[in-house]
Amino acid sequence: MQHKIDVEKLGPQGEIMAHAIEACVHCGFCLPACPTYQVLGEEMDSPRGRIFLMKEVLEGNLNLEEAQPYLDKCLGCQGCVTACPSGVPYGELITTYRAWSETKRHRSPFQRLFRIGLQETLPYPARFRAAVALGRLGQPLKPLLPPLLQAPLELLPNQLPKAEPLPELVPAEGEKRARVAFLAGCAQQVLQPGFNHATLRVLAHNGVEVVIPKGQGCCGALAMHTGERERALRFARTNLEAFAGEYDAIITNAAGCGSGLKEYPLLFHGEPEQEKAQALAARVKDIAVFLAELGLKAVPPLSRPLKVAYHDACHLAHAQQVRAEPRRLLRSIPGLELLEIPEGELCCGSAGTYNLEQPQIAATLGERKARNIIASGAELVVTGNIGCFTQIQSHLRKLGREIPVLHTLELLDRAYRQSPILPGR
Amino acid sequence: MTLLEELGRFFPPGRLLHKPGELVPYESDALTAFRARPLAVVLPESHEEVVQAVRWCARHRIPYVARGSGTSLSGGSLPIDGGLLIGLNRMNKLLRLDPQERIAVVEPGFINLQVSNAAAPYGLYYAPDPSSQPVSTIGGNLAFNSGGAHCLKYGMTSNHVLGAKVVLPDGETVVLGSESLENTGPDWLGLFVGSEGLLGIATEITLRLLPKPETYHTVLAAYDALEKAGEAVAAVVASGLLPGAMEIMDSLAIEAAEAAVRAGYPREARALLIVELEGEAPQVEAEARYLDEVIRRSGAYEVRVAQSAEERLKIWKGRKAAFSAVGRLSPDYIVQDGVVPRSRLGQALSEIERLSARYGLRVANVFHAGDGNLHPLILYNGRVPGELERAEELAGEILRLCVALGGSITGEHGVGMEKKAYMPEMFSEADLEAMRRIRRALDPFELSNRGKMFPGGEAPALHQAGPHPLERAGIISRE
Repeated sequence: MQHKIDVEKLGPQGEIMAHAIEACVHCGFCLPACPTYQVLGEEMDSPRGRIFLMKEVLEGNLNLEEAQPYLDKCLGCQGCVTACPSGVPYGELITTYRAWSETKRHRSPFQRLFRIGLQETLPYPARFRAAVALGRLGQPLKPLLPPLLQAPLELLPNQLPKAEPLPELVPAEGEKRARVAFLAGCAQQVLQPGFNHATLRVLAHNGVEVVIPKGQGCCGALAMHTGERERALRFARTNLEAFAGEYDAIITNAAGCGSGLKEYPLLFHGEPEQEKAQALAARVKDIAVFLAELGLKAVPPLSRPLKVAYHDACHLAHAQQVRAEPRRLLRSIPGLELLEIPEGELCCGSAGTYNLEQPQIAATLGERKARNIIASGAELVVTGNIGCFTQIQSHLRKLGREIPVLHTLELLDRAYRQSPILPGR
Repeated sequence: MTLLEELGRFFPPGRLLHKPGELVPYESDALTAFRARPLAVVLPESHEEVVQAVRWCARHRIPYVARGSGTSLSGGSLPIDGGLLIGLNRMNKLLRLDPQERIAVVEPGFINLQVSNAAAPYGLYYAPDPSSQPVSTIGGNLAFNSGGAHCLKYGMTSNHVLGAKVVLPDGETVVLGSESLENTGPDWLGLFVGSEGLLGIATEITLRLLPKPETYHTVLAAYDALEKAGEAVAAVVASGLLPGAMEIMDSLAIEAAEAAVRAGYPREARALLIVELEGEAPQVEAEARYLDEVIRRSGAYEVRVAQSAEERLKIWKGRKAAFSAVGRLSPDYIVQDGVVPRSRLGQALSEIERLSARYGLRVANVFHAGDGNLHPLILYNGRVPGELERAEELAGEILRLCVALGGSITGEHGVGMEKKAYMPEMFSEADLEAMRRIRRALDPFELSNRGKMFPGGEAPALHQAGPHPLERAGIISRE
């Protein structure tokens, strides 16, 4: 699309946005891929509609607040990026636009407080842990609270697993095949510490030495995707330092964190650390990709055949275009039958803090995903992202079908250790 | 009571859009050169609501446009400045599927590809397959008599629609056609299909389903010259074979498709020909041997046959994405949709190549070679002064070339806004007047999709860059 955006006035970020808008030909191929268009059925809530809105705001033809409700409803799932034939980097556009508009838009003091609350809690495991405890005390008050505060309480687990601190180094078992650095993630450490321990065991078993660099923090994706650029830059600078050493790869086991690290070049576009950011991003690999490339040591057969559905996390499938590798890992487990989930490319509605900020749409999508999983006939669902994990688990439970959910690496770890895959069997 | 308040009696706030932020995304369809802001958008969910919307328009003489997914490449679903836009995408239910009768009854917002998906468990499918089939709606397909790669063998949308419930421009409901192929009396449905939204809005459409071909034989042939591929098409036709589809892509289109979907095409080819046979296994097998012989003799330097369903889909994926994928090669481009007689294909292509060189602009060619439907994509950079104007002139020359060779100004995208100034090149004033009289018989105030298809009329508002005179007349577009 042609545009009249004053790129010079907007600076390096303006270039990114203008470039994405130019690439859009408004053909509409993104419509069926967009979860909000599927649910809401209106052009404003479609990728090309949002591109149109952003263009008009950036050109100065439309009041920013008029467009905001629709841009806020975007999950940032990037399903449209996969579907787009003309290669519009929509993810870069929405992230950059959100950062640009955040400083200009109006938010009520309550909304502001809520957002700061999330940003100051989720990325810090100790604070998150404390907040969960506090939230449990607040459960009885839930019906009295405004809807914005009910959603987070709804998603709180009944019981938090015990904190299990990670070592600084996990040696390789047997011959050393690689040396990697590992990003531990933030919310995941609190909600499902088992993901990291399973990942570390599988890596070690496969001859990989893992360094968990001290001083690392949240990847910053949460802040970046909600327009908090300065906050994201702070997190990212910390990680540029922490991961500066020589490693064969920087490994993540959460889709959102992986794509967050890969977005550092976008975040640092026009900043002095641009080159460093590119160097880091180039070494980032999702655990599934890393293991598939390395080649897994043989996995012992399961004690009985198992039907497993793999759920594509958007930040793996769409943002990182990683689909084949996790499936390849799963297929290497003898006795495992891999199933596809109908409408598998559609987001589950978790999307970072989206399920906290847009609980209604998130719940509609969560239920749709849960129904599709049930329809697949799977006995077990696996995925490579903590957000999806929580969302899927909660919606399967709501439908009264407690199909167990595991991280891909948890399943692999259990298979290696020949421990029971499903609870109670 | 204001006009909008009156409309609000029939539509709740979420389905009556009128704020600027709600209207902006509806200002264009897939032809973004044209933009117009409607007074309001309504999103009906039933036949009755469509009737209410149309009656409101008739009562106040407000022009309206019906639209599905808004994928028109000719600006056919462009809103009217100050008019009503009736968005039918929420009327997307499959009302009935009868595998015995081989019919499907759908609402207008039902997506083309979903028809085949719904029919698949019964071994049936819906044949018309425009490249936009994962997105475009049956309502829009009906209005523009959409084609697709496979209409060479199976015909256009008009050959697959059996009946339609239609809301006429005065708000009356009529049923055209029936569930049967045999009808008595004039073919009213035939008149309605392809009328580009000028005669009313279909709210229920009965489609014919066909048994899925038992097997496919999909051949991808690479050539070192575009003419050779064109001649190969003529040779296949002359051989007496009737493939399901015959498609050509030139080197630029190959480059774009590869960039978009990595279809695995031979990148250095100057032209690719896709030929697909389909039907019962013994027949396809026999025809395949014959086809392979014809292709071998046509001078292809590389021939690949799809060995699996995945390989076949991959070949088609590249072809179907080629259009939008050209956006990767050039910041701007104009899509054309002309038709030439199959026998003049080679001539048309070398003429286009000559024109391309003369204007100094790249032209990518993707086309339904089997029925002579060309889709030249003229690449330009809108920021280079004068390039847009050159591209516009070139587009105009290509269309005139099609008419001169005995073809047509549109194969399947429709006239819409884009080609209306070209109608007099194809039709005499008497022809056009006859068409106008039919329209006015049903819509004396020309409310339904006003300003489209017929030459002249109001130019739509262009908000950005000053419109070029040709653009204002609807001959050319910027994308």
